[in-house]
Amino acid sequence: MKQTNYIKLEFPSRSVNEGFARAAAAAFAAQMDPTMEELGDIRTAVSEAVTNAIVHAYPDAVGQVQMRMRILEGDVLEITVRDRGRGIPDVKQAMEPMYSTGGEERSGMGFTIMGSFMDGLRVRSAPDKGTAVTMKKRIRTKEQT
Amino acid sequence: MKVTSSYQDGRLTLFLQGELDHHQAAAALRRISRTVDDYLPQDCVVDMGGLTFMDSSGIALILKISRLMGQSGGRAWVVNAKNQPLKVIDASGIDRMIKVVV
Repeated sequence: MKQTNYIKLEFPSRSVNEGFARAAAAAFAAQMDPTMEELGDIRTAVSEAVTNAIVHAYPDAVGQVQMRMRILEGDVLEITVRDRGRGIPDVKQAMEPMYSTGGEERSGMGFTIMGSFMDGLRVRSAPDKGTAVTMKKRIRTKEQT
Repeated sequence: MKVTSSYQDGRLTLFLQGELDHHQAAAALRRISRTVDDYLPQDCVVDMGGLTFMDSSGIALILKISRLMGQSGGRAWVVNAKNQPLKVIDASGIDRMIKVVV
């Protein structure tokens, strides 16, 4: 699928970067002229994916989180959040609603919300190699909404 | 993210303002736990009218407040959630467990 524009970002897995990541995602997506609701959906999904990387990939250390965004043909925004952390042993289980290995500030709803707010969600993970979460969102033109 | 509160006649109202994410959630939770312990209210209203963004950390916060209130036989509910925060609440399904007044 032909891409028309892209960005790549890398930042340490510090929770202060959650706000930065979703602001950067919103700034990049703005060129697609999304609605306020679509922009909110993108910010929410990015916040969930980046928080998962920060909380679960590197529980006892600071590691690198990469975020790649590209605009594909057909007004599709693709976002990939990649870490090189410990990986998810059972992706299917991790994606079940309310399943969480995080602290009391986590609800286990992250993947549910990513799936609900985006048009596509794919999670690939391997132990000690990390996790790649790829999400797609089709931006409807304002005339269609 | 800012948390302020008011108390009257057994009812504690928590006003959440700004953006609520994982980075903000732990401090907000500590603050709210202390406030609930101080007042030991019968009811706790979580007013999300000033919240411009929340992710699933907000869901965890609501569930925690509900549990805190349940421990002392009280009740908690959510009011004034709008736009993006309301959409997160709807997607999570917690409105089946906790009253959400729109």
